[in-house]
Amino acid sequence: MKYETIVGLEVHVQLLTNSKLFCNCSTKFGEKANTQVCPICLGMPGVLPVINEQAVRLAIKSAFALHCEILKFTRFARKNYFYPDLPKNYQISQFEEPLAINGYLNLGKKKIGIKRAHLEEDAGKLLHPEEEAYSLVDFNRCGIPLLEIVSQPELKSPQEAEDYLNVLKLILKYLEVSDCNMEEGSLRCDANLSVRPQGENNLGVKTEVKNMNSFKSVRKALSYERERQIKLLEKGGKVNQETMLWDEKKGITLPMRSKEESQDYRYFPEPDLIPLAFNEEWLKKIEQEVAELPETRKKRFIENYFLSDYDAGVLTSQKPLADYFEETVSRGGKPKLVSNWILTELLGRLNSRHLTIGQSPFTPAHLVELLKLIEEGKISGKIGKDILAKVFDSGKSPTSIIKEEKLTQISGNALLLKVVVEVIKENPKTISDYKKGKERALGFLVGMVMKKTKGRANPANVNKLLQEEIKKL
Amino acid sequence: MKIQELPAHQIHKLLVKKEISCQEVIREIFKTIGEKEGEIHAYLSFRDREKVLREAKKVDEKLKNGEKLFPLEGIPIAIKDNMCISGEKTTCASKILENFISPYDATVIKRLKEKGLIFIGKTNMDEFAFGSSTENSYFGPTHNPYDLERVPGGSSGGSAAAVASGEATVALGSDTGGSIRQPAAFCGVVGLKPTYGRVSRFGLVAFASSLDQIGPITKDVTDSALLLNVISGYDLMDSTSVNITLPDFTKSLIPQVKGFKIGVPQEYFVSGIDREVEASIKKSIKLLEAIGAKIEEITLPHTDYGIATYYIIATAEASANLARFDGIRYGYRSKNNKTLSELYEHSRAEGFGKEAKRRIILGTYVLSAGYYNAYYLKGLKVRTLIKEDFNQAFRKVDAILTPTSPTTAFKIGEKTDDPLKMYLADVFTISANLAGIPGISIPCGFSKEKLPIGLQILAPAFGEEKIFQIAFTLEQSLKK
Repeated sequence: MKYETIVGLEVHVQLLTNSKLFCNCSTKFGEKANTQVCPICLGMPGVLPVINEQAVRLAIKSAFALHCEILKFTRFARKNYFYPDLPKNYQISQFEEPLAINGYLNLGKKKIGIKRAHLEEDAGKLLHPEEEAYSLVDFNRCGIPLLEIVSQPELKSPQEAEDYLNVLKLILKYLEVSDCNMEEGSLRCDANLSVRPQGENNLGVKTEVKNMNSFKSVRKALSYERERQIKLLEKGGKVNQETMLWDEKKGITLPMRSKEESQDYRYFPEPDLIPLAFNEEWLKKIEQEVAELPETRKKRFIENYFLSDYDAGVLTSQKPLADYFEETVSRGGKPKLVSNWILTELLGRLNSRHLTIGQSPFTPAHLVELLKLIEEGKISGKIGKDILAKVFDSGKSPTSIIKEEKLTQISGNALLLKVVVEVIKENPKTISDYKKGKERALGFLVGMVMKKTKGRANPANVNKLLQEEIKKL
Repeated sequence: MKIQELPAHQIHKLLVKKEISCQEVIREIFKTIGEKEGEIHAYLSFRDREKVLREAKKVDEKLKNGEKLFPLEGIPIAIKDNMCISGEKTTCASKILENFISPYDATVIKRLKEKGLIFIGKTNMDEFAFGSSTENSYFGPTHNPYDLERVPGGSSGGSAAAVASGEATVALGSDTGGSIRQPAAFCGVVGLKPTYGRVSRFGLVAFASSLDQIGPITKDVTDSALLLNVISGYDLMDSTSVNITLPDFTKSLIPQVKGFKIGVPQEYFVSGIDREVEASIKKSIKLLEAIGAKIEEITLPHTDYGIATYYIIATAEASANLARFDGIRYGYRSKNNKTLSELYEHSRAEGFGKEAKRRIILGTYVLSAGYYNAYYLKGLKVRTLIKEDFNQAFRKVDAILTPTSPTTAFKIGEKTDDPLKMYLADVFTISANLAGIPGISIPCGFSKEKLPIGLQILAPAFGEEKIFQIAFTLEQSLKK
């Protein structure tokens, strides 16, 4: 019998805010345990939560990008359960009135439905020292804003699940909503999978699969789970609705210790926070920011600017980077050149300094100015690269750096001629080689002139002058 | 007159006139504490006396230098032990927080510090404010200064008893269903529950977040207005605090009620009300009428559902609010446990008192799957109806006048075996919390047994000014 697979994904992403969802603590990753905490995120007696506007903004931005309906009225709820990584023993989440519902994500030509997206706070982290009779808890992560994005059960294969995650990551990274790093835990994914005989209308019994730590392992875990369920059914067995844990080393899923009864979270509206209602204008502004998603923008870059698929892909991987490119072009930069300079010169330099494109001291205006100077022959491309480095360090404009360091090309022939004659005198052997027909010898001579002029000569000019002078000999 | 018997505004006058020093005021309070605390047990902890006197000395130096004092600067204040003072114990009268020292100041504490009030100590209460008699304290009950065999009311019984006995000049209490007003009535002092959102709850250990409000307990109405001036106002740290312009409440202390329409709800004068209490309230109503107020009978038809609704909503919120007391990070941890769930179960079973456990179980039950709609959701709907009752009434009248409690202070131990009977002590105060409106209790007379009787005045949300004007007028008229 042929089986059809149905997958739904629940993705949690950490939002890129500076502070936590309900207090002022920093969200910085990798700090010493329990240093990013305060009475509020520790759930001390008497504290109250206050919503972080930036988190709401990022959540709404994501919701727009996922074509969701933003609810006019959204509310937080308490999800009650006891666990040592949860200081209040309830998580502030959303239940009946989530931030957004009914969206979709484009997967090639297919639309995958998004059931809902809501905000909630992250929990702390338990550490279990080996061979010790105690556990430790680090609350640094506790209270970091999470956006939970729940898909409809519309993914039809483990591969499609992986593709969905890749597209979701592309969008959220592009919008700078989250860095979606599954290894660091800024993106987490649980999956629901069921199978049914082809043609059957009712959904089969699903299992929830947890504990995957990469997109690839999501695919692998789901492939395993699909086969497990099919084998079970073919033997005449039944799938139990239960939670399975993926064991990455063994490559298998195993049932989690089954709970006696299902957990009752006793959700109720959070009385410490007032419901949120959004200003239309505020929403519109955010919607405009996500008017064009990376996929569409990439296509446009290829068509309008004649960029390669690869270059357009890199430029549209982050919104600010694509904006940087387009601003430079709109100021008169030639698209192909601008793209080359950004990709080969600028990005590496930013990466090595751990700067984002938004923090670049070398601005689109600087790049346009630099490209113009090269085009007009005032400087060579090589010097252009040095200038970029200097602008990067000093923040001064390319023109003022050229002035300060006298870096303009030697355009007056008198000065250049002097150097050319000098080089000819110093290299009689090369001259005779050249005269014997060794064309390459001329290149060496050009190089010598460039060296003496510290790259400030126009190589075409040098070439021409050298040939003229050698003829005269 | 004895300093410990004076209201704050009179002490302020004496300080400014340099007839007494702030250090003398504090020493008088210490002396009264020395004489009376043994039998009253108003306090759970005291601040270091040296520290307190140093603060008083600073006030005296200011006076000596001719600097102006804030209206309540140098006034000794007692704080209910569910509000956090940085570096001081906050026990909520519970074993589970017996040794908990707060790492931060509540917003009200910050505001009191800014205006120079001097903290004497933290007062006794029903554990986590669960009760109407201060008998549910892990540290033993407080005794009513008017009759030591009787309760001071609750849950802010320690604060009310401290002010009534002169162990503090003013105090803060918290009111979730009557916990400021009812003990004020039992102890013959003035207690105000402000409008929900008027005073920041940041740093008040939550009982029921949508009902809790901090308020002043004072010797008279003038002090109440002065203290509300200090503690009220929008706070960024409390999303439920309301950002509106703050009046100077002392401007409402005008002895004039002509033209005021005051409603008397018929539902509050039926069953269970003590005849002496009824007679005393009716006397005050007559008095108000005589000096120009218009009295109208009104109806609050959903009054009967108040207690049931309250005990669903309040316990539901409490069950979540108290979940954090688990023995993991702070507070009491049981030593008899082998597993994580044993650690939770034993710490909470040993750390919480009987009434706390009763309310946690009730609240957990009404939120459980299958019961949520029948109880919690229904409770929210009835709450809306009760609010609507008041909206209707306030279309006709400026304020509502009722007894604060159906009886005077009852005997210690009299109601501890019957929680339902105990819950009825709040029958007249609970609706104001459900509706979020302000209410005050002022003394209006004494029973034959010389026990104080309290009268409650309710006004629409943010109508504290009306309350002060009526209460002040009545207070002045009753003196005559």
